[in-house]
Amino acid sequence: MNMVQAINSAMDVMMERDPDVVVLGEDVGYFGGVFRATAGLQQKYGKTRVFDTPITECGIIGVAVGMGAYGLRPVPEIQFADYIYPALDQLVSEAARLRYRSAGEFTAPITVRSPFGGGIFGGQTHSQSPEGIFTHVSGIKTVIPSTPYDAKGLLIAAIEDNDPVIFFEPKRIYNGPFDGHYDRPSKNWAGNADAQVLEGYYRIDLGKARTVREGEVLTILCYGAMVHVVSSTVAEMGIDADIIDLRTLVPIDIEAVEASVKKTGRCMIVHEATRTSGFGAELSALVQERCFYALEAPIERVTGFDTPYPHSLEWAYFPGPVRIGEAIKKILKD
Amino acid sequence: MDQNRERRNLPPLNLHVPEPRFRPGDTVDFSGLDIEAAGTTRRPDETASPADMRDMAYGLVRVLDDEHRAVGPWDPRLDGETLLKMLRAMALTRAFDERMFRAQRQGKTSFYMKCTGEEAVSVAAAFALHHDDMCFPSYRQQGLLIARDWSLVDMMNQIYSNRADRLQGKQLPIMYSSKEASFFSISGNLATQCPQAVGWAMASAAKGDTRIAAFWCGEGSTAEGDFHSACTFASVYRAPVILNVVNNQWAISSFSGFAGAEATTFAARAVGYGIAGLRIDGNDPLAVYAATKWASDRARANAGPTLIEHFTYRVEGHSTSDDPSQYRSVMESDEWPLGDPIKRLKRHLIGLGLWDAERHAAMDLELAEYVKNCAKESERNGVLGHGLHQPLDTLFEGVFEHMPWHLREQRDQMFAEWEASKK
Repeated sequence: MNMVQAINSAMDVMMERDPDVVVLGEDVGYFGGVFRATAGLQQKYGKTRVFDTPITECGIIGVAVGMGAYGLRPVPEIQFADYIYPALDQLVSEAARLRYRSAGEFTAPITVRSPFGGGIFGGQTHSQSPEGIFTHVSGIKTVIPSTPYDAKGLLIAAIEDNDPVIFFEPKRIYNGPFDGHYDRPSKNWAGNADAQVLEGYYRIDLGKARTVREGEVLTILCYGAMVHVVSSTVAEMGIDADIIDLRTLVPIDIEAVEASVKKTGRCMIVHEATRTSGFGAELSALVQERCFYALEAPIERVTGFDTPYPHSLEWAYFPGPVRIGEAIKKILKD
Repeated sequence: MDQNRERRNLPPLNLHVPEPRFRPGDTVDFSGLDIEAAGTTRRPDETASPADMRDMAYGLVRVLDDEHRAVGPWDPRLDGETLLKMLRAMALTRAFDERMFRAQRQGKTSFYMKCTGEEAVSVAAAFALHHDDMCFPSYRQQGLLIARDWSLVDMMNQIYSNRADRLQGKQLPIMYSSKEASFFSISGNLATQCPQAVGWAMASAAKGDTRIAAFWCGEGSTAEGDFHSACTFASVYRAPVILNVVNNQWAISSFSGFAGAEATTFAARAVGYGIAGLRIDGNDPLAVYAATKWASDRARANAGPTLIEHFTYRVEGHSTSDDPSQYRSVMESDEWPLGDPIKRLKRHLIGLGLWDAERHAAMDLELAEYVKNCAKESERNGVLGHGLHQPLDTLFEGVFEHMPWHLREQRDQMFAEWEASKK
């Protein structure tokens, strides 16, 4: 399966297992979603479980919170992460705080799916990576898969989770793993071991990172599409790096991070999101606090620049093989 | 063509900024207010098409006339026992408010908000709903809990953030939550409960349930985007929900004109969404009951949502942190032409021969005594500022279902710091 099919399969499996799972969002019903992630679900489960909504993000999330309070397990979709901002009040002030403020009387067991990230000439409002906004909110979990196999297992775990989960899907790798070489023909998931997705139910627990590659000289922390760009760059350069795909940003798998950095003594963080106050800053602080005496070089961050996401200069902005390669050379020189 | 020269002949544009009719020191005269006589507004069938009841959004449903008789098609013909219970619940709500306002002034809690003058809006509505219909209130519908016989001591425990507070001192006073009383957790963020109520109602409909939902928000909050989302969703899915707009004329210091009241009514918002809209006398408990019953029957018949504008007046300050004499005339509440909801029901019952001034005075004394005793019982669990009432662990509990490592670590660090400070 490609990643879209894996995500579709996760919702299919959960809707089959749990009659309280409902899917809602713009164009998700009859049409099956602008990325086809919900294709066929309305036909199979009916309009009262999979339905199209008006174009109002605060409404979609607000309604999902109310449905959650009733006892359902809603899986709302926000068409692009760039359009999640109108729903911020409902996510930050309501979904994230409902359990806490009612001392457990009411909960918001919702999973907000949203395609995110760049690399598709999406320009300013179809490319953003706003995960840092959500990792800053107590009461929300943030999950980002990087393979079809993980996408299905993590989405099932997110839907089963009794807390609100933001599930960001890297749309650049919906159809194939992107190595950052925009000038080469794109690959699809066919034949990739990570795309061998089981048909039925399985879950990957939230809060657990995945070691993509084991190495000795450098730890690279990444997630989403960057996992593939980093892997390919490391392979091309012949660097013996430890690559960790975080998968869940909050709560983060701190043991995996600590063990790796203490082993390698060097840490690099790669994300597409803009740098200042991005999630990389939190990662950097955690590593500095916990691995200070093991560090042999300053922690490096390769991120999007502190600018809105550009259209024509996309490949100058995107943390691709060139930028990652230079950072690797720099961190290994020290 | 020289556009600049042409423009010289146009009158300058001017920006309209609304201004209330009366400011501090002004003499108040509401005689210009267009108030329909009781009993004159028609009562459409509960399943009427919204398009056939547009006039309702500009009228004013009133049952009790100037002589406090129940008149017209909206008279719910309630029995005396129910009316007396309603009167008692409204009076209890006011007595509770009086006591808790004083408790704040005495420093026993940090904050309080009264609903004086608006008791009918919540109490009479609660009487028209089923006990398990889900209410999504704002912070000024304490009458819902009281009408549902919820424990005053429990409410006070929350206000005092004491050791018996079910919300573990996590919430600002009056932000109650009671799943048992079908009273949704109150949020400080305005209008967020509106789409949530619609979602709850949609879930109930999707599940083939028979319960309905209702939300309450102030007229000021209708300006929030969430209100628009709620109306759109309610209309699109014909959700079994009642959308209550409590138009008490004031949003803190801003008069209703800043929410659009100069141009139209709040009930008229319903017209644009294709929702049934009713504009009612919010100080008339029988009108509130009748309209709520009408809307709940409509919702239960799968005929869709109803938006009800409760036309009322916020008699007191916005909260214990507010001084209304700084922005409005003190005469306003006395001059308010729709009077006081408790006095109106009291006189109605006296007119029916079911009540008298002596019994009412005795009830007020009894309720004040009851509330005082409840307060004493609650205060035995502690009041705000008298030490830390909750175990320190509770600070970290309930952020998530299961406490993740970083919260456990922060909790342990907090304990260590407290221990170290004692040495």
